[in-house]
Amino acid sequence: MLRYILRRLAWSIPTLLIVTFLVYLALRIGTDPVASYKRVNPRATRAKVAEYIDVNGLDPNFVQGYFKWLRNFITGEWPRSIKGRREVWPALKDAMANTLRLGTAATVVGIFFGLIAGVMAALRPGGKRDVFINTSAFVGISVPPFISAIMFQLLFAVYWQKWFGESLFPTSGVYPAGHTGFDLFLMLKFMALPTLVVAIQIIATYSRYMRSSLLDVLNSDYMRTARSKGISERRVLIKHGMRNALIPVVTIAALDVGSIVGGLIITENIFSYPGMGLYFLKSFGEGDFPLLMPWMVVIVASVLFFNLIADISYAWLDPRIRLE
Amino acid sequence: MAFRRFVSHRAAVVSCAIIALLTLFVILAPFTARYGVNQSVQGPPNSFLNPRANAWLGTDDIGRDLYSRLIYGVRVSLLIGLASAIISVTLGALVGAVAGFRGGKFDDIMMRVTDLFLAFPFLVTLLVVRNVLGALPWLRPITGDMSSVRFIIVLFGLFGWMGVARIVRGQVLSLKEREFVEAARAVGASRRYIIARHLLPNSVGPIMVALTFSVVGAIIGESTLAFFGYGPQAGDGATSLGILVGAAKGAVQTGYWWLAVFPCLMLIVIALSINFIGDALRDATDPRLDRGV
Amino acid sequence: MAEKVLEIRDLHVTFDTPSGPLEAVRGVDLDVSSGELLGVVGESGSGKSVTFLATMGLLPARARVTGSVILAGEQLIGASPKQLRSVRGRLLSMIFQDPLSALNPVHRIGDQISEMLRSHQNLSASDAEKRAIELLDIVGIPQPSDRARQYPHEFSGGMRQRVVIAIAIANNPKVLIADEPTTALDVTVQAQILEVIERVQERFGTAVVLITHDLGVIARVADRVNVMYAGRNVEQGTIDSLFDHPSHPYTRGLLASLPRPGKQRLKPITGFPPNMLNPPTGCAFHTRCEFAADICQGELPSLVSFGDLETACVRARDLPKSESFA
Repeated sequence: MLRYILRRLAWSIPTLLIVTFLVYLALRIGTDPVASYKRVNPRATRAKVAEYIDVNGLDPNFVQGYFKWLRNFITGEWPRSIKGRREVWPALKDAMANTLRLGTAATVVGIFFGLIAGVMAALRPGGKRDVFINTSAFVGISVPPFISAIMFQLLFAVYWQKWFGESLFPTSGVYPAGHTGFDLFLMLKFMALPTLVVAIQIIATYSRYMRSSLLDVLNSDYMRTARSKGISERRVLIKHGMRNALIPVVTIAALDVGSIVGGLIITENIFSYPGMGLYFLKSFGEGDFPLLMPWMVVIVASVLFFNLIADISYAWLDPRIRLE
Repeated sequence: MAFRRFVSHRAAVVSCAIIALLTLFVILAPFTARYGVNQSVQGPPNSFLNPRANAWLGTDDIGRDLYSRLIYGVRVSLLIGLASAIISVTLGALVGAVAGFRGGKFDDIMMRVTDLFLAFPFLVTLLVVRNVLGALPWLRPITGDMSSVRFIIVLFGLFGWMGVARIVRGQVLSLKEREFVEAARAVGASRRYIIARHLLPNSVGPIMVALTFSVVGAIIGESTLAFFGYGPQAGDGATSLGILVGAAKGAVQTGYWWLAVFPCLMLIVIALSINFIGDALRDATDPRLDRGV
Repeated sequence: MAEKVLEIRDLHVTFDTPSGPLEAVRGVDLDVSSGELLGVVGESGSGKSVTFLATMGLLPARARVTGSVILAGEQLIGASPKQLRSVRGRLLSMIFQDPLSALNPVHRIGDQISEMLRSHQNLSASDAEKRAIELLDIVGIPQPSDRARQYPHEFSGGMRQRVVIAIAIANNPKVLIADEPTTALDVTVQAQILEVIERVQERFGTAVVLITHDLGVIARVADRVNVMYAGRNVEQGTIDSLFDHPSHPYTRGLLASLPRPGKQRLKPITGFPPNMLNPPTGCAFHTRCEFAADICQGELPSLVSFGDLETACVRARDLPKSESFA
């Protein structure tokens, strides 16, 4: 197992390089960094423009430029944003922290309730509970997150305010404007709506996966064997059923992170929540290459990381998978 | 037999009816809509009127009837959805079939690439690809301007083929080992013949399912893009469902609820219906269920 | 005479299907004596598996079961789930056809045996483990202490079935029901498994019910045989008597259809298995029987004594003497 992990880690380096190169290409072609810089800084001198090109690795030769960028990135010499020469790392760090908080909260809530819902549905297939859970999950998946986000905003903030005087949950930001320091209660209050929106998607997806997986397991022969041993039904379910049912769910979970992040980005935008999503949309809109590349690297690294986690957990859970 | 199974899904049948009705409605647009797409309901004051007799769903910021605009908008969005889905499915089915059948390195690389692509956050890849597509001059003749409907269609067409390819590849892989393929090979059929005459026809089920989900994906994708301001900017006040939903963002804070609620509801209804149909199609064509009681 | 460990009386099992009620078992009486090996023979749909699934209480809830099943003095039909659970695995065990899917793929073999032991006996984990290794040895698994730590997919088909047997006999049950245990295995392995079953019987005195459609298997190991058709018993007797002078046309047909050396044409039984949604009236076999008469479509025949056999053929007396298949 250890050897497998090491080998995968070794492979991920060239993969990282290739993918970041492709991203570099895409951004250069798609967002025209130099033009963006000139647009934001119309009075920049030629020397400044040249410096910008050099520091960001935007040479006419793509390959050369990439390696220049790479060198600067690895050595920690990150160029500053095109707007106001802000440093990249503090902004990125904050964005990552915020998104991590939101994402983790939503994922924990989502998977917890999603799995429970899936189990409850699978235990009595075709029953009223099952139909209800299944249909709700279906609606949950079909409604894109920005729609539910808007609906919730309307309901909990705008109309609640109209009916009750003040909004139940705030609709933007991490803390009220001007607030400093750490306040758990306030933070949770502000996180409530966005977490709910993202969690709904997760619950919907996972309840369906869990239900289908558990149904498969419940109908399999080894469950019959387990019952014929005379052990309690609860034990049969938990010890024999769940472990097998979780295997496909876990695999999909780790790979599904991308779609969760997708929902996060949209949600963050709607609630003005200063996380990775908002960071991306703002920098992308400006064509801010120095801000965008590090962000991309973080994303690519996370994707590769979660892929690896998926494979490892799959192998760990299922002894039939032998990793060479 | 699959048809019968499909029909037993009540939700799907209702959805078919809904979609059919909707399509009819929007095709007959000049008759079913009450006003032109860019036409004001009445003389000023006419902005932000709430629903009333001469504007069933209210008016927007410059007094245009939301109901009529919704009809025209849905027409555009359905068109986008259908056209891009056809492109994705055609491309995806071909690539998937070849990859699944030939296997080997081609298949390997294909799968790793699509896996990686699909693992990235949807919006990010969409926006980046959109920009790249728009910036490549030699693509201009095919795609048209970045704000055109044609561009969006091509964008989603190119975007969606990967998911379809995976599905078709999976199906081909499972069919490849079946006896009728072996038999075809034994009588000397060429690879192309086998793919065209045996594998693809037997993959119709999954392909149709992929088609429905591609349509939904494109429609929702278009709305998402429009929501963030990257959607089609059709001239003459022409609109799409996405643009109308995008306007919902501003409408929330200001309290003009009809501008948010009706487009969103329409989107939800369309998405749900098509999803129900796709789900029922998947159940109806699932070979596992052919095993009998 | 050996005592009876399992007594089944007038067992009926009905399933509610979308096409209406299906009575899979239509009044079966069966006895199993201590230490004997009873072969239960029949085609698919004869109700042979369902009878014993009902005995174990392993049928889905939509199945309706009536009648009486007495195991070691306890009535199983209508017993509470708790009672049934205490019986299952301790007094009564069942093994099934496909050993790979019968074993949980993510648990080690040793643990799966230990689980059986510890659910009915008060053993510590290490004691259970030791006993599990002993059991693996009894069923003939080489290097049992190493193998106990492995997973099902690391065993071959025959080995897996041995493991399944080890699990089933772990608590020394009075009756072991084996439902087509050899059908999924190669012929050479079949013989080995049957030998394991015989060995277990000798050592523990377990009664075994061997359900199969394969008469060859029955011929090897059974003491007595019970032939079923369309949810009812049609003939019963010791193995020698049955093979020597079968009285029921169905039994005769089964025996005659076995391929034999020498260039004889195969003699299958004509017709098809009955549709259990709407079985033929009276003796269900009359539609395929070469000796059928009007009386056969009358009452549902029960087993009656006929020499040293019991038969459900009302015309048994009138039939020509059968050849011997011994």
